[in-house]
Amino acid sequence: MPNKIKVNLNSSHFQELDSFIDGLETTEGELISILHKAQSIFGYLPKEVQIHIAKRVNVPVSRVYGVVSFYSYFTMKPKGKYHISVCTGTACFVRGADAVLRDFEEELEIKSGETTKDGLFSLDSLRCVGACALAPVVLINEDVYGKEDAKKVKEIIQKYMKINSEG
Amino acid sequence: MVNRQQLLEKYEAEKNRILNRSGDIALGKKEILVCAGTGCMSSKSLKIIENLEKAIKDNGLDIDVHGTGCFGFCGKGPIVKIMPDDTFYSEVSVDDAEKIVSHLAKNEIYEEKLFINPDTKVRATTTNEIPFYNKQVRLALKNCGFVNAESIDDYIGAKGYQALALALEKSPQEIIDIIKESGIRGRGGGGFSTGLKWEFAFKNKADQKYVVCNADEGDPGAFMDRSILEGDPHSVIEAMAICGYAIGASEGYVYIRAEYPVAYDRLVKAIKAAREEGLLGKNILGSSLDFDILIKFGAGAFVCGEETALISSMEGKRGEPTSKPPFPAEKGFWKKPTNVNNVETLANIPQIILNGADWFSKIGTEKSSGTKVFALAGKINNVGLVEVPMGTTLREVIYDIGGGIVDGKKFKAVQTGGPSGGCLTEEDLDTPIDFDSLIQKGSMMGSGGMIVMDEDDCMVSVAKFFLEFTEEESCGKCTPCRIGTKRLLEVLVEITEGRGNMKHIEELRRLCTVIKETSLCGLGQSAPNPILSTLEKFENEYIEHIKKKKCRAHSCNDLIQYLIDVNECVGCTACKKVCPTSCISGEVKKIHSINQENCIKCGACKSTCRFNAIVVR
Amino acid sequence: MSKMNITIDGKNIEVDSNSTILEACKKLNIIIPTLCHLDLHDLKMVNKSASCRICVVEVEGRNNLVTACSTPVADGMVVNTHNIRVMNARKTVLELMLSDHPAECLSCSKGGNCDLQHMAERFGMREIRVTGKSQSTYRKDKTVSIRRNLDKCIMCRRCETMCNEVQSVGALSAINRGFDAVVAPTFEVNLHDSVCTFCGQCVQVCPVGALTETDRSWEVIEALANPRKTVVVETAPAVRVALGEEFGYEPGTNVTGKMVSAFRQLGFDYVFDTNFAADLTIMEEATELLERIKRLKSGEKDVNLPMLTSCCPAWVAFIETQFPELLDIPSSVKSPQQILGIIAKTYFAEKINVDRKDMVVVSVMPCLAKKYEAGIESFKEDGNPDVDIVLSTREFAQLIKLSNIDFNSLENEDFDNPLGESSGAGAIFGTTGGVIEAATRTAVEWITGESLDNVDYKSMRGEEGIRIANLKVKDLEINIGIANGLGSARELLEEIQAGNPRNLHAIEIMACPQGCIDGGGQPYHHGNIDIIKKRKQAIYEVDGKKTIRKSHENPSIQKLYKEYLGEPLGEKSHKLLHREYDKKERV
Repeated sequence: MPNKIKVNLNSSHFQELDSFIDGLETTEGELISILHKAQSIFGYLPKEVQIHIAKRVNVPVSRVYGVVSFYSYFTMKPKGKYHISVCTGTACFVRGADAVLRDFEEELEIKSGETTKDGLFSLDSLRCVGACALAPVVLINEDVYGKEDAKKVKEIIQKYMKINSEG
Repeated sequence: MVNRQQLLEKYEAEKNRILNRSGDIALGKKEILVCAGTGCMSSKSLKIIENLEKAIKDNGLDIDVHGTGCFGFCGKGPIVKIMPDDTFYSEVSVDDAEKIVSHLAKNEIYEEKLFINPDTKVRATTTNEIPFYNKQVRLALKNCGFVNAESIDDYIGAKGYQALALALEKSPQEIIDIIKESGIRGRGGGGFSTGLKWEFAFKNKADQKYVVCNADEGDPGAFMDRSILEGDPHSVIEAMAICGYAIGASEGYVYIRAEYPVAYDRLVKAIKAAREEGLLGKNILGSSLDFDILIKFGAGAFVCGEETALISSMEGKRGEPTSKPPFPAEKGFWKKPTNVNNVETLANIPQIILNGADWFSKIGTEKSSGTKVFALAGKINNVGLVEVPMGTTLREVIYDIGGGIVDGKKFKAVQTGGPSGGCLTEEDLDTPIDFDSLIQKGSMMGSGGMIVMDEDDCMVSVAKFFLEFTEEESCGKCTPCRIGTKRLLEVLVEITEGRGNMKHIEELRRLCTVIKETSLCGLGQSAPNPILSTLEKFENEYIEHIKKKKCRAHSCNDLIQYLIDVNECVGCTACKKVCPTSCISGEVKKIHSINQENCIKCGACKSTCRFNAIVVR
Repeated sequence: MSKMNITIDGKNIEVDSNSTILEACKKLNIIIPTLCHLDLHDLKMVNKSASCRICVVEVEGRNNLVTACSTPVADGMVVNTHNIRVMNARKTVLELMLSDHPAECLSCSKGGNCDLQHMAERFGMREIRVTGKSQSTYRKDKTVSIRRNLDKCIMCRRCETMCNEVQSVGALSAINRGFDAVVAPTFEVNLHDSVCTFCGQCVQVCPVGALTETDRSWEVIEALANPRKTVVVETAPAVRVALGEEFGYEPGTNVTGKMVSAFRQLGFDYVFDTNFAADLTIMEEATELLERIKRLKSGEKDVNLPMLTSCCPAWVAFIETQFPELLDIPSSVKSPQQILGIIAKTYFAEKINVDRKDMVVVSVMPCLAKKYEAGIESFKEDGNPDVDIVLSTREFAQLIKLSNIDFNSLENEDFDNPLGESSGAGAIFGTTGGVIEAATRTAVEWITGESLDNVDYKSMRGEEGIRIANLKVKDLEINIGIANGLGSARELLEEIQAGNPRNLHAIEIMACPQGCIDGGGQPYHHGNIDIIKKRKQAIYEVDGKKTIRKSHENPSIQKLYKEYLGEPLGEKSHKLLHREYDKKERV
């Protein structure tokens, strides 16, 4: 299996991860922190990265994968350049978040949890960012859209496509 | 800082500055406070601060601007306050900054951004005139809204770390007795006595013990813990050190949601500042106490709010709960005695130590002392964080503080306790809120989410929403929760999609009871609550869905019909053209009709019709 | 130990304060149903997930029901185990479980042996009142040894506990969460791409049909029906002391004679004994050990010691994946199964003048890893494997039943020669400590040149996961280590990596706790450890009754060297009986 994997991930990324791990007092109990760091470096947690971490932490890869697949924050799929998260917390739910999510799905022609073919947008839902006053809330990378803005799905997407084409 | 004396000296040096800012004294110097909580930051409050500072500089004024913790009135954010005048500006935009400063330069009030009382239509010039704040008592949120979370000097000026200094002069047992006598109960969900919890951890002897702050606020619709950490992280740090001293632990951990980057940043800065001041580390304030705090991230699992699951997660494992006993107080983190408290509980501790058990126990009700912070949201006018004494009624919270229902619609229910809680209705509005009364009414306190619903909300859908949540968040370890929540959700889907039968109600009740009684942890044990409470209070809606295939809130897509109003239809054929399933028939200038069998309820006809001739029933 | 008084179903009992309610119930002969719970204390396997919730009982004063398996007793506790509340809850929990379990009992290889099926029977299930719409479905996976059909998994987590805490293999972990949670290898790869060693202990403890062996018994039927094929069978020492259990015999009954008779009735042309090959293994392994020790004594540096035994394919897979840097120290001798296969297809095939391609070697083993071992490329010649088909003890029992043979009324018969003659040393290969005891019997005689009177090396027998025996043979001190269970093996290997502080010269390793008698292919023990103990006793009885108890005294072995192989470690033996190891990178 792993010998068939071509490591095409940036080796400087692995160096960065390694120096983070080297800097830890102990790796015992630090698997989740390491995975967080790895996801922040690589953007996601591909198999090669999980295998690498397992070796460094000296646990079976199965355990690493068991943890990665348990927590919703960890992903094994690369996210789009613009990652759209629709808050589906209770406050947003009663203010129509499900319709907002559906609109994004229709507009981008992907399902929640997927990335568009061009890699530009990825979509998922998350539970409560705590900006309930703005419900329904949509996060696109660091930008927050709330209330009526969140319902102008088409315009929002076009805005990012424009930003992208202008480089 | 090496001892209590130095702390008091520092306090003396800082206190007037803080009192000026809280409006308790007037030094003559103006200060601008801007909410820098996540809610207001989402509406660009940081840019407002920047613009304010620029305008102040341009005008050559000597005014300090402080980013503070949450003011609570999130629905009207971003919020800017001028102290010591207590001028309260709401819904401030980036462009307003310059005007606020120019008015301030002339000692005038910028009227346009004052809050308008919706009842009297009068502009409120000070915070006191805003009904939202009238019935609130801020203990846990005491410092939120006027200290700068990133300044330890601010916190010390607000009497910070004096509780720790005081505690260190008492014995651990005395501290535990104070906490016990105060009657404070865990604000994270269960409502277990905090003092007893500390005592268990204290009595279990071990070479190492741990204090854990549970900041994995998972209830979708609750954000009080985040606000406390963002607005007043030192109160939590101080409380953890006190707990460490009381139970005999030298290490503390904050387990925080990964989705809370701002809270994390401020907590990190606060811990660093506390270390630099010698308030964390070795021989704190000249005592024998060694105590330090580290941070662990959650990774998106609601079940990790359960303390044994949280501990598994802290150890880098799947966040699966384990059977109790053994309780964390016996065998917790790395199998050592561990005390887990949530953020809001801890935020109360310093004040209990400073003001005494008696003072605290007199606030609230006999069995639920103190206050509770609620995250008020949903179909309510004043969305925000609200802190009221236990025993305040729901009516006071929803109407007096919350300002009633949006668009003057009719109140239908309020959901408390999040996915573990239940719905309360009109008849419960005068119930005093405390741990026990909510349980008695079929709901629970939970972490303090309070979602208000109006007549447009379908209660079966609400139950379905919460079951979707618990089904997704179930860790999958035990049978009743793993399979049971799935089965409950499936039945609710059947009912909301028009395939329900009366046996389903019986099945729901039976499964709910067994899942409650047999699940391994609190998540499964409380997962049926949203169904049981809606079945109890809105059984008629379930029956309507099943027997009449009707959703009175028009929220269940499969139970609504698009119909043509024969009085309005002019026969323009526009709807016929857009219908994707060609289920609309009718000739030009003749009344059209919709074939219900083929209708997919996409609503295209309704949005196309210019004559309001399509109605939903 | 302090005592506590508790009342269960109106009966009082005094129990140790560290007891669980379940243990207290057992003392009162109250049989609480359990599924996930598995306490194999002696094997270091205690599954205490308390996850199935079948064992719930009511404790007065508590709001919710509690699980008997995990709840400690408390003084004055009052427990009800069968009031209507408890019975309804328990039944509903079972219904929930059944609502997510494929109703394929008729075609499930675990049928009749399934704990869940037994539970449904015990509860008198006549209808399932939970109308589950969706069933969880997962990737099916079929390797040469183990078949995974996780649709049937009830998440008891026994396999995960076994694989990680007992065996320390780490092939399996719970993945996903909620309804999708299941136990799987990393990234849900097929087991043969994982670090799985195919020890089969997960299969042994799986209460349902989620993990089973890959059944190849029909291929045996086809081979027997093919007139062009000469079908040879070999059978391992642990099979004969467990097979009887499948036919109602007391555990520990030695059914060798009936077993041989059954093979003949099935139509096998030659019935051989893996014990013979075990004797041959000892000839090579003892020679190898002495040679290495000699090199050490002569002052040579970096002698590859301690020498590790290599009979157990799961253990070999373990070292190949987990300790590749130690691959120079195992003995290079093939396992008895493979040795019998190659001797049958060379020496014996030549003798009876049959082309090896027309010979089918069937092997009946207590083991699932043997299925994997037989498929290894280097154990084939031009694609023709030395051992063609491997059946587990369970599959073999099934085959007997399928062929209308009344096992219990069979006469005792003897193995065919020459590959059927064996010593007592070959017999004890089936239990922990046996291989090294067998090797010692031969090595000691070779060193001293004198006949050994007492061949019972009691110091090598026992139940602990790791045992050490220090021998003094003339002026030679030989330190022997024994590990059973891969978790214990890991401990010893780590000790060797840390510089071999106990100065061990030879180590016997068996992957399964207690050795092959508790192999993954043996009749299911359902948590009853006494069964294993009785099998072990029977193995030593077989040895004790043999007139020849040392491998090198086996006349057929002596004849084989004389006629065919030449010397141990000689050119021909090296070619046929030895192997190489490969480092394996797996997840």
